[in-house]
Amino acid sequence: MTNWIDIGSLDDIPRRGARKVKTVMGCVAVFRTGDDRVFALDNACPHKGGPLAEGIVHGHSVTCPLHNWVFSLETGMAQGADEGSVATFPARVEAGRVLLDAERLAARSAA
Amino acid sequence: MTQKLVVVGAGMASGRMLEHLIDGQPGDWDVTLFNAEPRGNYNRIMLSPVLAGDKTYEEIVTHDDDWYATRGVTCRFGEKVAGIDRAAKTVMAANGDVLPYDKLVLATGSNPFIIPLPGHDLGGVIAYRDLEDTERMMALAPGQKAVVIGGGLLGLEAAAGMAARGVEVTVVHIMGHLMERQLDEAAGFLLRRALMQKNITVLCSANSKEIVGENGQVRALVLDDGTELPCDLLVMAVGIRPNTALAQSAGLAVGRGIQVDDQMRTSDADVFAVGECVEHDGALFGLVAPLYDQAKVLAQTLMGEQAAFVQKSLSTKLKVTGCDLFSAGDFADGAGREDIVFRDPARGVYKRLVLEGNMVRGAVFYGDTADSSWFFGLIKDETDISEMRDTLIFGPAYQGGSAVDPMAAVAALPDDAEICGCNGVCKGQIVEAINGGAGDLGAVRAKTKASASCGTCTGLVEQVLALTLGDEFKMPAAQPVCGCTDLTHEEVRRLIKSQRLTSMAAVHQELGWKTSCGCHVCRPALNYYLLADWPLEYKDDPQSRFINERKHANIQKDGTFSVVPRMWGGMTTPNELRAIADAAEKYKVPTVHVTGGQRIDLLGVKGEDLPYIWADLNKAGLVSGHAYSKGLRTVKTCVGKEHCRFGTQDSSGLGIKLEKKLWGSWTPHKVKLAVSGCPRNCAEATCKDIGVVCVDSGYQIGVAGAAGMDVKETERLADVATEEEAIELATAFMQLYRENAKYLDRPYKWVAKVGLDWVKERVVHDLAERKRLVEAFELSQSIYRKDPWAEHARERAETYQPMADLTLEAAE
Ligand code: SRM
Ligand SMILES: Cc1cc2nc3c(=O)[nH]c(=O)nc-3n(C[C@H](O)[C@H](O)[C@H](O)COP(=O)(O)OP(=O)(O)OC[C@H]3O[C@@H](n4cnc5c(N)ncnc54)[C@H](O)[C@@H]3O)c2cc1C
Ligand code: SF4
Ligand code: FES
Repeated sequence: MTNWIDIGSLDDIPRRGARKVKTVMGCVAVFRTGDDRVFALDNACPHKGGPLAEGIVHGHSVTCPLHNWVFSLETGMAQGADEGSVATFPARVEAGRVLLDAERLAARSAA
Repeated sequence: MTQKLVVVGAGMASGRMLEHLIDGQPGDWDVTLFNAEPRGNYNRIMLSPVLAGDKTYEEIVTHDDDWYATRGVTCRFGEKVAGIDRAAKTVMAANGDVLPYDKLVLATGSNPFIIPLPGHDLGGVIAYRDLEDTERMMALAPGQKAVVIGGGLLGLEAAAGMAARGVEVTVVHIMGHLMERQLDEAAGFLLRRALMQKNITVLCSANSKEIVGENGQVRALVLDDGTELPCDLLVMAVGIRPNTALAQSAGLAVGRGIQVDDQMRTSDADVFAVGECVEHDGALFGLVAPLYDQAKVLAQTLMGEQAAFVQKSLSTKLKVTGCDLFSAGDFADGAGREDIVFRDPARGVYKRLVLEGNMVRGAVFYGDTADSSWFFGLIKDETDISEMRDTLIFGPAYQGGSAVDPMAAVAALPDDAEICGCNGVCKGQIVEAINGGAGDLGAVRAKTKASASCGTCTGLVEQVLALTLGDEFKMPAAQPVCGCTDLTHEEVRRLIKSQRLTSMAAVHQELGWKTSCGCHVCRPALNYYLLADWPLEYKDDPQSRFINERKHANIQKDGTFSVVPRMWGGMTTPNELRAIADAAEKYKVPTVHVTGGQRIDLLGVKGEDLPYIWADLNKAGLVSGHAYSKGLRTVKTCVGKEHCRFGTQDSSGLGIKLEKKLWGSWTPHKVKLAVSGCPRNCAEATCKDIGVVCVDSGYQIGVAGAAGMDVKETERLADVATEEEAIELATAFMQLYRENAKYLDRPYKWVAKVGLDWVKERVVHDLAERKRLVEAFELSQSIYRKDPWAEHARERAETYQPMADLTLEAAE
């Protein structure tokens, strides 16, 4: 079951940027791309824990600010030669509001 | 048996539906058609050509009096339906008449959205929806002024139509580029340029604040930055909302629109809805193509036939003469999605296809839309394009034959084919030069001037070289900026200046970027080049900066930040030290370190605390030390003649003056200075980017030193007698470096490339050039010499906080 919760307005996230959302299990990075789509990923890079919310967003990818690994925002997979992946969470925009799936966010504490 | 059909709204959807219905079952229906507008069906989308003067209203009427009369349709135009009684199956007209129906069709279209800005109810503030609005715009006289809020399809058509009548039009658009829903940034840039050429002023990223008036009439629009745009008419074209009031009051299921199923039936089995007023499967509609499909389905449903409405891909064109654009499908980037981008800067053409698997999902074309219907077909039919992938972007003419090899294409060119448009050089002249000994690009350039101006034909010239020389030709190993382009940093810098490219989108388009919006390698470089070359025109893009420069602090390995306030010339005061100590305690800073740059670093500050620690430091007069920037870092000094027994000049005083002059400026890489009071050189000035050593007779100015990954002594730029001259030379050197170096080249690397003599010529000997450099630097500093900490603490503190905190919720 999905339980969409409103975490704020799309305008609160800069285009080609991200904001953090705090959860009990650590931070989730919520990204907004150049074409106004939103994606939610774990805010910790699988390499050395870099905060992905601080990375440069290009196309539907983000570059980790610490050592430049590039991740797909859609799948969470590392791109190019690097290997690893970040957990992704359902996110969507409705009427200018950003919604995350509370069930899935909570589920990762159980997993 | 005839059935009574009441239709509310005579718009494009209901008009088409009636055609299908009456032609399909003539005589079966007793139709009454209401319309709030005092006229029958006309082609609303052709209001724009009417506005522009290309058509008259009479030419766009789709159903005239005769049409309704011969088909027995009772017309009640200029009459609104005021209510519906579903239990009694009647409608009530505005004048109180009650009419029974067997079947009811709602086709009420939509209402233009009016932003409730202060002053929105003044006279002369209109929307763009119907003939009345169009006539208001047509009534403006040449030379009068109009402002259009909204840079979407409608707003631009309104703007172009009025501009064609000699009205002075300004378009105010809130987003960063025009028609952002249909176009990507590159196409938006081309469109904006074309509109500017039609004398339309286009302001993007512009927020409207209020409309001001005089005697109840609009006088001007005021933006939130204070800009006032005078106008005689203000047109709001910012979107539409389905017109659902009637349906809602009748108790029908209404979401954002009137909810209908695949048969266009509402929550009441005898009431149907069609057109822009409906919501189908969560979607709303704003273009006629799907409405026509709905109209047909509705007619079939009424006639008892099986039919279902299916949503399809949509395409858009803008009806503005000279602006050829087309967009279709879904052109967002995505995993598994690939772009094919084709740009022809000379013709102003941009084409982008978005592929997924072996199918075309979306397309954006600007400048050449001749093949758009073919591409739209590929999207709609989900055609497998794997066979023609390599040549797909060139359109249908290239399909089916052999694949086009660019080399073969150049080989096939006749000798008199022009290769370099700027200098009028044809293929034959280039071949002749090569046969005469010009063995590489530089030599061909020197001899023929081909590719020596704008440089966009460089690839073609290289192909001619390769063809003529065969195996002897070695492609130059110049390093492109990144995978998004084949151009080098130097070429990009030169072209940004020579072609006056003042935005990222302009660079991407005019220089043929291969990706839609660049990557983490090219964006920071382009952002620097643009702000350095066009300090007034270009607006710095924080999202194209590395995190340190975006948040004005150095990111640490654990995601915390370090904070280094400026200590001018390495000097400090008890008051500053106290403020730093207080801040360190208040924000629980784990590490306080005295840096190698004569100042204090607070390490391990939480991102959320940054704006607050800055505000505290600001109170003691401390500003950002830019320890994170490709910009001016520290100016180290020794105590000099004020205290030291060997000091020859006031070295710390000069250091402070230099730092106050240069701070805040952005540079290709970081820049560090030092001023020592005598040749003992305690401030280590001989290994800095710019280092001044004071001597009895004045100041020795060295440049291009380093003490990082390479250790290199400075080279002497000049010896000068006064502090003023020392500051002037340092400033001119900074600016020359800012204007010419490749992003991420420290000054010593750049000087090694251009030669110290070249630098001396401009900074020391050519006095006019020195003056120009100093002035250009000051111009840029008029924008950038400010404390970013104060600005962020004041205006953007909330962006440093998490957007939401869900830990509290989960605890409940
Ligand atoms: C804080 C400091 C060390 C210290 O605690 O003393 C320091 C810290 C860093 N230096 Fe440095 N450098 C510091 C003085 C120096 C000096 C000494 C100096 O300036 O006199 C040098 C050699 C002089 C020179 O630059 O030529 C120096 C040469 C470098 C280099 C090599 C640059 C080069 O061109 O070779 C890098 C790497 C880079 O910039 O790409 C670097 C990069 C860094 C970075 C920014 C690494 C990074 O990207 O995260 C470090 C940031 C730490 C942090 O989070 O704050 N740091 N760094 C010094 C800050 C000075 C200040 O007050 O702003
Ligand atoms: C200037 C302009 C240019 C456009 N260009 C294009 C284009 O290039 N391509 C494209 O695909 N689309 C274009 N559109 C959009 C297109 O015109 C609409 O999608 C289409 O007209 C919607 O048709 P409709 O029948 O749903 O509504 P409408 O055509 O708006 O008809 C609804 C009618 O219902 C009447 N009405 C409302 N409530 C009541 C009531 N209670 N009682 C009686 N009558 C009522 C209204 O007065 C109106 O006449 C354009 C629109 C405009 C305004
Ligand atoms: S030398 Fe500079 S870059 Fe290297 S660890 Fe020390 S502070 Fe960091
Ligand atoms: S922590 Fe992300 S790339 Fe190293």
